[in-house]
Amino acid sequence: MNNELESRLCASYEIYCLRGIVNPPMRHVVYMLPLASLGVVGICKIYTSTVYNLKATRHFINFHWGLSREEGTMSALCKARKVLDLCLTGCRSLSQLAELPETHQLLRQTCRDYADRELAPIAAKLDKEHVYPAKQVKELGAMGVMAMEVPEELGGAGMDYLAYSLAMEEISRGCASTGVVVSVNNSLYIGPVLKFGTEEQKKQWITPFTTGEKVGCFALSEPGNGSDAGAASTVARQEGEEWVLNGTKAWITNCWDASATVVFATTDKKLKHKGISTFLIPMPHPGLSLGKKEDKLGIRASSTANIILEDCRIPLNNMLGPRGAGFKIAMQTLDSGRIGIASQALGIAQASLDCAADYAHKRTAFGAPIGKLQAIQFKLADMAVAIESARLLTWKASLLRDAKKPFTKEAAMAKLAASEAATFCSHQAIQILGGMGYVTDMPTERHYRDARITEIYEGTSEIQRLVIAGQILKEYQS
Amino acid sequence: MRVIDYAVKIRVKPDNSGVVTDGVKHSMNPFCEIAVEEAVKLKEKKLVKEVVAVSCGPQQSQETIRTALAMGADRGIYVEVSGKDYESLGPLQVSKIMAALAKKEEAQLIILGKQAIDDDCNQTGQMTAALLDWPQGTFASEVSLDGDNVKVVREIDGGLETIRINTPAVLTADLRLNTPRYATLPNIMKAKKKKIANVKPADLGVDLTSRLEVLRVDEPPQRQAGMKVETVEDLVAKLKDAGRV
Repeated sequence: MNNELESRLCASYEIYCLRGIVNPPMRHVVYMLPLASLGVVGICKIYTSTVYNLKATRHFINFHWGLSREEGTMSALCKARKVLDLCLTGCRSLSQLAELPETHQLLRQTCRDYADRELAPIAAKLDKEHVYPAKQVKELGAMGVMAMEVPEELGGAGMDYLAYSLAMEEISRGCASTGVVVSVNNSLYIGPVLKFGTEEQKKQWITPFTTGEKVGCFALSEPGNGSDAGAASTVARQEGEEWVLNGTKAWITNCWDASATVVFATTDKKLKHKGISTFLIPMPHPGLSLGKKEDKLGIRASSTANIILEDCRIPLNNMLGPRGAGFKIAMQTLDSGRIGIASQALGIAQASLDCAADYAHKRTAFGAPIGKLQAIQFKLADMAVAIESARLLTWKASLLRDAKKPFTKEAAMAKLAASEAATFCSHQAIQILGGMGYVTDMPTERHYRDARITEIYEGTSEIQRLVIAGQILKEYQS
Repeated sequence: MRVIDYAVKIRVKPDNSGVVTDGVKHSMNPFCEIAVEEAVKLKEKKLVKEVVAVSCGPQQSQETIRTALAMGADRGIYVEVSGKDYESLGPLQVSKIMAALAKKEEAQLIILGKQAIDDDCNQTGQMTAALLDWPQGTFASEVSLDGDNVKVVREIDGGLETIRINTPAVLTADLRLNTPRYATLPNIMKAKKKKIANVKPADLGVDLTSRLEVLRVDEPPQRQAGMKVETVEDLVAKLKDAGRV
């Protein structure tokens, strides 16, 4: 590579970077010109307008390669196309973690406005009366929030998982129960059908569930096994043109308000967890009945109950994915669902921090607002750090998923960090509010109760640790 | 119009020259949201062909335009006004800009919010109509577009007044005109592709010099504690003492 040419290109590149006011379309033209002249193939990936901050690219590349500025960005890029790909993914993650793209900011603001105006005022009432927020779910459906990842042709919003995570956080900040309804519909019900369903199944089982009129649920856990998902005792046998299911599923969120469910049942007991298959059952349906609504500690506005299957007959093409793929489908679905729940936990944690910080300004003791006391300040700082770190983990997991890269470890880390942050923050928020935090006049007691479940469902914290450890050990395997 | 969000607690600057705006959350003026919603509704009823959202101000005003685009406007025009010009930007200057744009775009209908929640002037709509010599339907709580005229139900002190005015016309939206929609996610994505044209006031031939000078901004006086009295006579006596009666 001609040194003079290189340094000239670097110089012009620097100018474009530093100017920083080039509009996005201009940016990738600028970016492509120097690269085209270097004959770098495969720059088609750069068309994505997510290359927002070229400065970040340069810094990332230089950091990654330990190059000095003089050696220049160009030589690094020349070295390998793989570097370019790596850099762009890294660049996208880094710059998006620092500042969200404009659409995502607008989306976040819209969801926040909705949560502040429509959810927060009624959250206490929904919780007290155990009422399903049907009207709000329909409004969220109209906004596109109930089917965020679903492509527009099927009736969804066609957005990425980062957008979903942001929306979930803001909705949960207003009302955690509404958040879980949104999450179960998006990740646990629509998720597997979108990923593993045939075109026919997608039209039948997704499109009606995008508007908020209908919601779905996910039936994996049983009275005999939660974490031990491979030991499903619900059975499905084939009889002619039908599947007949028998068994009981436990702790199913949304079931009293749902119009369909994804059910996991054993089709071949001898194959153990490789003998589990996935089925779609409409609700109500003969042979499917619901147990009594559980009286829960938190997220009371969403219904949780058993689903009892007694000779429940469904057509053969209600099987989702191939026979025996049930366990794999469940695990992959839960990977994505974890990001949704992590976002819900973040919303709850943020709501408790907001409440505590506001109170710290207003409540006076010992002659000054309690916010002046170091004990309170340290609590607020710890809460903020816990939330922000969990948030960045969640965003990273979402970005990896959007980039179609492996994200199991990051999703587990996000859910673990966020749920523990939620219980920590809500606990501390009550402590900061003192007696006021213990009574229903303030929302902190509800956040405390809502936060607790995030460490349990969609994979307990213990399971998350096992998943993370498994991934780490795999990485270090020689 | 980009104003400080209605939920934010306003603080006066230490030098009493204005209120603190740096780092403070801003959003679209609530009455302007209602105006945008009405415009989008008219387009959905196929009574108007195109909705153009306009905002004047610093760079961040473009976010406000994007929100309008996400609600359903077709394109935006951003009039760049920053620095000293922005600090002295008042209804007269904005209405001059609006009038110039209306002529340039050959608009048939200008819908504004009745007033901005930061200065509460309630003048821009009326001034724009005067500059263009167009009829005005202000404080609209109901708008029906019918061919070349508009029936407007206005909220006035005595009740409701219905008028019929010819287009082109200026309308200002009052609170009960409609409930603004939340932008749907697909529309937020589509808004990214819609155009926002960049215009300078000089290009429109508008002179932004202000004839007003803000001398001082003060907080309202602190609320004093009240007093309980036993009888009506006590109350009257105390009021007389305070010089209120």
